[in-house]
Amino acid sequence: MNAVYYISSVVAVVATVAAVTGLNAVHSLLYLIVSFLAVALIFFTLGAPVIAALEVIIYAGAIIVLFIFVVMILNLGDVAVEQEKRWTVGKMWVGPALLALVLMAELVYVLFQQTVHHLPGAGPIQPQDLGATLFGPYMLGVELASMVLLAGLVGAYHLGRRRQPDETAQESQEPVDAGARRQ
Amino acid sequence: MLHLLFLVPILPFCGFVVLALFGRWFDRRQVAAIGVGSIGLSALFALLVGFDFVIAPPAGDHFSQSLWTWINVGGFSPHIAFYLDSLSVIMILVVTVVGFLIHVYSAEYMEDEPDGYARFFACMNLFVGSMLTLVLADNLLLLYLGWEGVGLCSYLLIGFWYTDPANGRAARKAFIVTRIGDTALLVGLLLLFTKLGTLQIQPLMQLASERWVVGSSITVAAAGLLLGGALGKSAQLPLQTWLPDAMAGPTPVSALIHAATMVTAGVYLIARMNVLFTLSPVIQTTVAAVGAGTLILAGFSALTQRDIKRVLAYSTISQIGYMFLAVGVGAWSAAMFHFMTHAFFKALLFMAAGVIILGLHHEQDMFKMGGLRKQTPLVFWTFLAGSLSLAALPLVTAGFYSKDAILAGAWASDAGGRWLWAAGLGGALLTGLYTFRMVFLTFFGQVQTPFHLKPGLRLLLPLVVLAFLSIVAGFLDLPRTLGNQPWFSDFVHTSLPETKEIAGSVERNLQIVASLASIGGILLAYYFFLREPGFVRRLVMTPLGAALHRFWFVGWGFDWAYDNLIVGTYVRLARANRADVFDLPVRVIALINQAGHIVLSRTETGRLRWYATSVAFGAIVAVGIVVFVT
Amino acid sequence: MASIPMEQGLLLAGVLFVIGLTGVLVRRNIIFVLLSLEVMLNASGLAFIVAGYRWGQPDGQVLFLFVLTMAAAEVSVGLALVLQLHRVFKTLDVDVASRMRG
Repeated sequence: MNAVYYISSVVAVVATVAAVTGLNAVHSLLYLIVSFLAVALIFFTLGAPVIAALEVIIYAGAIIVLFIFVVMILNLGDVAVEQEKRWTVGKMWVGPALLALVLMAELVYVLFQQTVHHLPGAGPIQPQDLGATLFGPYMLGVELASMVLLAGLVGAYHLGRRRQPDETAQESQEPVDAGARRQ
Repeated sequence: MLHLLFLVPILPFCGFVVLALFGRWFDRRQVAAIGVGSIGLSALFALLVGFDFVIAPPAGDHFSQSLWTWINVGGFSPHIAFYLDSLSVIMILVVTVVGFLIHVYSAEYMEDEPDGYARFFACMNLFVGSMLTLVLADNLLLLYLGWEGVGLCSYLLIGFWYTDPANGRAARKAFIVTRIGDTALLVGLLLLFTKLGTLQIQPLMQLASERWVVGSSITVAAAGLLLGGALGKSAQLPLQTWLPDAMAGPTPVSALIHAATMVTAGVYLIARMNVLFTLSPVIQTTVAAVGAGTLILAGFSALTQRDIKRVLAYSTISQIGYMFLAVGVGAWSAAMFHFMTHAFFKALLFMAAGVIILGLHHEQDMFKMGGLRKQTPLVFWTFLAGSLSLAALPLVTAGFYSKDAILAGAWASDAGGRWLWAAGLGGALLTGLYTFRMVFLTFFGQVQTPFHLKPGLRLLLPLVVLAFLSIVAGFLDLPRTLGNQPWFSDFVHTSLPETKEIAGSVERNLQIVASLASIGGILLAYYFFLREPGFVRRLVMTPLGAALHRFWFVGWGFDWAYDNLIVGTYVRLARANRADVFDLPVRVIALINQAGHIVLSRTETGRLRWYATSVAFGAIVAVGIVVFVT
Repeated sequence: MASIPMEQGLLLAGVLFVIGLTGVLVRRNIIFVLLSLEVMLNASGLAFIVAGYRWGQPDGQVLFLFVLTMAAAEVSVGLALVLQLHRVFKTLDVDVASRMRG
């Protein structure tokens, strides 16, 4: 099991790096799916089979697919790849990479202050336990999560709506008046 | 009758209040009645009080009348209180009587004014009230109130025709220059109060003579500061520059304020505070030296003036220099005597000059006058009387007796008496010279501007009265060599210290020399300005002559010096500080804010990644602090 | 179930998080920015799971569920905004929308 964990973690890191530095949007998204699958495997080895499944179904299967749909709607093409080449020059990575390394350093420092713990072999968490905890102490969180989803739904619908031509023109020219007009 | 003293200053103030508040609803006759009447009543009461004082002197030769407590704080409680002694009696008599005559004169003089008739009389009444307060004040604070009041009225009246900016400038110049003196006086008052604990004049002088050592630095400071105040108000060196320009005001103003009364306030102050000055011989000698210097300087300046009023202005400066010389050498009664005679003949000269000016349609340049002797004989004779008195024609004019007393006092003085006497003598020669230059230029020779006025009784009567007084007043104090009737001196010496006496023979010799000087001056004037005027003209054309003439004409360059040294320096400093360096510490805060704004607003780029970077950076710093510092 | 020291798990989560952070800060195309954001969210979720694994409790997994939910809502709204951005500015350059400059 440990070997699975380590191999998966390497795969996840490599795939993520490829996704973040990629030039083609769809290719990056596919790399990201690979990364998520690797992370799901990691979840499985860490005794969270339910979560592993959810990671694949929801995260990789719905969210990234949504991404892919939008990219396809936008229909970027080769022009976009050229653009990306111009935009991501090597120089630009220096600053953020530095910040990232500093953060990493702090994290490492914090983590390795204490002595290393070994884990109890309690076994994977069962779905029943997860469900009991979810609808027990975290009931309120569940309700709030559903509200968030509702808000996301309504917001996405509204913001994604294709507007009439005159509305769009007015939107961009009179941003101040918009709030007053639309009661 | 003495208890009616308070009416003397109060009546002019009442006149002022009535005219100031309701003046516009009266016609000219009523305004004149109130304005002149209030001074007239005041003069009447002054005469009654004076008469009573002379006939039946009160105990201790002084009388006090307290009206009410003015201020009462922390043990300091000056009253509105009047103090009458022989010095005050002389002052109030001269001020009210001469003031009354001048008011009568101005009732007709100012008749042609389009408006401002009531304003004029209101200001004049306020002036007389303030002057009387000044001379009757029992304590220095009330004196200072009167002092400031006369300064204010001087400003208001010099700038009476305020629509002309030049008059405003002259008024401001007078006010500002006298202000310098007033500040010195105020500091002196504060010093006296701090050191002696009271501002009541008689107790203050008593305490000073008990506590202070003669010649100590405190006496020098106190007397010196008071002298500063006197210099400003009396237009002596170095604060004499305002008086010639003050002639911008109407002629009655020049007569009353700048000849007879206000400018003598400095002399009165020194005479009133005589103890302080005798306690400090250095300052007293300075007073005499200033007087001597001023009288010579002004005499030369008077010699070159064209405007008849400016000649009289410089003449006033010069004659007050004589009074300063007198108090400086300790000839107190001589100073007061000269004050009185000077008030008479100088007011007369100014008023007569005013009639001339009116009659020549406001022509004031003497070189455009001439031959007025036949055109206005009465004015001529009264002017002549005044001029002879000013030039101190021996034996028959009041000026002779008063000037002679001063010269005798100067001769007798210890500190450089001979030099002071010589200055006084030279001044006498000069006085005769410039006075009769004025007379000959104005009244003799060819008529250049015809005289177009029929002077009324109100213009002429005061001239006659003052001409009479200019002759006769001298007989009030006959010196030992000429009758020995020192009534005036004896009267004055009930309140002022005695003067040193000199031997009779010495005094006679001095009188002869002085007579020669004044007659010589008159004769020289006759020769140079009537017989052979070409000689002077040619003299003035030479380089040296022209330079000297110019130098004396501008009053020995004092105005130029003050403009460049004091005013110019200040203006240059102000220009250099145009960026307002001293405001910088305050503005720096605003500038820092602005700079900070400019710098920090660069961080609002509107770019998402920039903001995300700053969030990440902040998070890293916060984590770092948590991890490493705490 | 594997027996991994908690620190190594958290280290992995940290590495993934930092990679995502770098992507957010560097990329100019908004799709890639949102993508990197998802990486970051996933990494923090991994950290929760590791924590739950260490204590042997389902609480970490519950929180991961919430994170997942939130990520889903956020992605949908974000992508709708991307569509708007594209419609208005005709580009996916995130620097173009900088009208709130100081």
